[in-house]
Amino acid sequence: MSWLIAILQTILFVVLAPLLAGWIKCCKCRLQNRKAPSVFQPYRDLFKLTHKQPVVSEQASWLFIKAPYIIFSATVLAATVVPLIAVDLPTSASADVIVMVGFFAFARFFLALAGLDIGTAFGGMGSSREMTISSMAEPAMLMAIFTLTMTASTTNLSFAISHVLNEGLVLRPSFVFALSALVLVAIAETGRIPVDNPATHLELTMIHEAMILEYSGRHLALIEWASQLKLMLYGVLIANIFFPWGIAESFGIEALGYGLLVIIGKLALLAVFLAIAETLVAKMRLFRVQEFLSFAYLLGLLGMLSHIILEAAR
Amino acid sequence: MILVLAYSAVLLSFFSGLLGLMMYQRQHVPAFSRYMFNKLPRRSERCQSLIAVYLEEHRFPFLLRKAVFVLLGLSGVFAILAGLSVLIGKTVVTDQLSLGLPWLPWHVRFDCLSGFFFLIIGIAVSSVSLYGPGYVNSYDESQHPFAVLGLFTGLFVAGMMLVLLADDAFFFMIAWELMSVASYFLVAFQHENSANRRAAFIYLLMAEVGALAIILGFGVLAGFSDGFTFDALRKANVSTTWASIAFMWALLGFGMKAGIFPVHVWLPEAHPVAPSHISALMSGVMLKVALYGLIRFCFDLLGDVHWQWGVVLLILGTASALGGILYAMMQTNLKRLLAYSSVENIGIIFMVLGLSMIFMANGHPQLAALGLLAALFHAFNHALFKNLLFLGAGIIHHQTHQLNIDMMGGLIKKMPKTSMLFLIGCMSISSLPLFNGFVSEWLAFQTALQVDVLDNGVLRSLIPVAAAALALTAALAAACFVKVFGLIFLGLPRSHHCENAHEIQDKGMLAGSSLLAGLCFLFGIFPGLIISLINSVAGQLLGETLPNDAALGWLWLAPVSVSQASYAPPLVLIGALIAGCVSFWYLRRNPSTAIRTAETWDCGFGGLTHRMQYSSSAFTMPFRRIFAKVWIIDEQIDKDMRGAMDQDVAAVHYHLRIQDHSWPHLYHPIEQGVNNLAKLVGRIQTGNIRVYLGYSFVTLIIMLWMVS
Repeated sequence: MSWLIAILQTILFVVLAPLLAGWIKCCKCRLQNRKAPSVFQPYRDLFKLTHKQPVVSEQASWLFIKAPYIIFSATVLAATVVPLIAVDLPTSASADVIVMVGFFAFARFFLALAGLDIGTAFGGMGSSREMTISSMAEPAMLMAIFTLTMTASTTNLSFAISHVLNEGLVLRPSFVFALSALVLVAIAETGRIPVDNPATHLELTMIHEAMILEYSGRHLALIEWASQLKLMLYGVLIANIFFPWGIAESFGIEALGYGLLVIIGKLALLAVFLAIAETLVAKMRLFRVQEFLSFAYLLGLLGMLSHIILEAAR
Repeated sequence: MILVLAYSAVLLSFFSGLLGLMMYQRQHVPAFSRYMFNKLPRRSERCQSLIAVYLEEHRFPFLLRKAVFVLLGLSGVFAILAGLSVLIGKTVVTDQLSLGLPWLPWHVRFDCLSGFFFLIIGIAVSSVSLYGPGYVNSYDESQHPFAVLGLFTGLFVAGMMLVLLADDAFFFMIAWELMSVASYFLVAFQHENSANRRAAFIYLLMAEVGALAIILGFGVLAGFSDGFTFDALRKANVSTTWASIAFMWALLGFGMKAGIFPVHVWLPEAHPVAPSHISALMSGVMLKVALYGLIRFCFDLLGDVHWQWGVVLLILGTASALGGILYAMMQTNLKRLLAYSSVENIGIIFMVLGLSMIFMANGHPQLAALGLLAALFHAFNHALFKNLLFLGAGIIHHQTHQLNIDMMGGLIKKMPKTSMLFLIGCMSISSLPLFNGFVSEWLAFQTALQVDVLDNGVLRSLIPVAAAALALTAALAAACFVKVFGLIFLGLPRSHHCENAHEIQDKGMLAGSSLLAGLCFLFGIFPGLIISLINSVAGQLLGETLPNDAALGWLWLAPVSVSQASYAPPLVLIGALIAGCVSFWYLRRNPSTAIRTAETWDCGFGGLTHRMQYSSSAFTMPFRRIFAKVWIIDEQIDKDMRGAMDQDVAAVHYHLRIQDHSWPHLYHPIEQGVNNLAKLVGRIQTGNIRVYLGYSFVTLIIMLWMVS
């Protein structure tokens, strides 16, 4: 039963991710006084791309063609680990939160290699920038997550979330730090403003888009889908770690349905915040990103230290 | 029985070295064996003709090379068997050899710790002996005689094994010197190049200074005991101060060999100039032998570890890990890059070892066992993937005659098998899930996360900072190896050599690397196989093993308890395969969407060339800006001007030189100091015979006064 729920919620992740992206786009358009596309537009885009013939450069090696599948699979695997509608998942035990960060690293490794494969300047530029930003963001993310795992004294995400749930509403200074760090990391890692702009193809500012410039057809669809999935994963992490209330603790239909509704509500709200932030903030210069991320790193570290010094029982 | 295996491993490697020396006897040996063969009773015609063919003189070098490596490989296999049997049996075997000083025969002790390192040596030596014959073929016999290479490789391997067997300080130092000196000759193998001679000299100098420090460390202990055997040293009743002094000497000595910051400078000099399979052995195995020495000295001989020592190891390890990977990232010479990455990995091992000491000293032996497990497992993994990467670098060098990664590119299509093996090495070293490097990194994080049990406020805040540094190191390592793989194998070829390169034909070279790549993957999926072996090391050394590892079985990895952390790589692999296959099958079922190839999009300008790609210095430019203080960067852009007013730019030259801070800030002052001291001493050397006679007279008087 629990395995069934785990598979079901992974499918939910994969299916709902484009919806979240569509919703963010919709909110942003409204805020910027533009006419919004339908929230289902990302599904149509994915459908269109999967039915097109992919064009691949003559210079491409097998790595370029296989990389989208690897990236997509690694991101799906990361999604199996994160509790979406219910805690106590068996998949959270087979891979804990450090492994989840590892899956992201796996996907990024191949994405960066794929960017270098064709031998154009854009690809290399994107790969170099992506690896720079991620090598600053990954430790910050681990620090934020370690704060949680040390509070719950487990790296298993399911157990950690139920621990937070059982403790009730406790205002922890470490969690405030960790939340801020994770939000900053999420913005950087999912390529949103002010670090990267998903809507641009301007060479000076591209990061994610530069790496995938050579992709088309189903390969592009998979990579787009994976990045939407990643966005949703970060959203769910923030929502479920710091505000876990509403997530199902038993596997009854009612509890699960309620859990689904609650998480959709939480994500919708987060998306509105993201849209507002993206509308208000301008993109920063590439070499300001390091300051942004070292700030996130510092916040994560402060969270961990404040947990150890202030909160942990001796 | 176990000792017989270990001895035969040592003897076989020794014999392989001696056999290598036979290369000089290429006239005599075939003649002698033909003579012996004729003495023997007559065999069948067929057999006779076969042997006659094999005894032809021009075949002799070829056969001898094979034989040398076969013996070396057998030595490796025996080492693996010896290591496995002692680890599974969880026994301790001791012996005495009637060699050495009259009152101090060589004591031999073979326990789980030695056994584990025997296993590392065995695997590395076996793969190298598969790889070796193909690699050494490219050397010109008149310039680089195989006899030298064969002899010193054998002695080097034998020396490393003897270090592990030694059970008294005297024997230990002899074996240690055998290892150091033999490897010096291997580094100096291509001595016609002055840079190589300089590298070898630096290596020898630092090895000997390190050996002195180790002798002093043993000396401090021996001062408190009644002998030089390790048993006596273990029983020595040393005060905390003296124990700390001994620890510092040992740390300096073994750290110099292991390549810890800031005494790492010989590594990036010596590794690139040695033959690739030797760099593989040096980086993959010899550094581990130094690590063995440190573990043996601290955990076994000194016994009671102090948490302050752990803090020292933790800080040094963190500095090495971060410094190593940041320097590695800036290198363009592939083998130099790998050498700096060894500094990083040794740093990680030292960090975890420091954690283990801290937990041990604070009375948490189980967590200390976890730390030791993570350290030893990472040492094992590093031996596997670093060997693999060095062997891969050797193949690339063999095929393209290049080590500069800025001159490579596009090799994935020319050398598909090598690229696959190298990719596995890069993924392991970047600690991606499903590969072995990830498991040890995961264990390291788990150890660091147990900091809650400690009471000391300093430690409680220091260890999370170290964990943060470890996370940064891992991320930087991934970036570094994306650069390595991306620039060497992907993109367009940047030189003619790479354009015309083709896959290596020698099966042995591929087999040696495939063996290591296979093990990297195997132990990434089933880490339990090695962890149960290391557990017996922890049991013997710390008297404590990990809890309930057996209860969970081979599928799961739960070092502390299931509720705290668990990782099941086989399940992850199955999940990855399902996700990959489903998406692959689903998207490719429609035949009308078959892949179409076309020219690369060149923005309509036409003529994409390899010069437009990102190079190594371009790829690392953001890092250079962010961590600018870490290196000494010398960046120059020169423009050649032309035209009437000297205003048109004809050509732009870009020079980038990245230097290690430790040279101007540590070594040059020392060098200066030594020179000044030598000048002072030189003053008494007047060159006048009367003054020298006066010196002798004064010395004699002082001696007589002291004796009376």
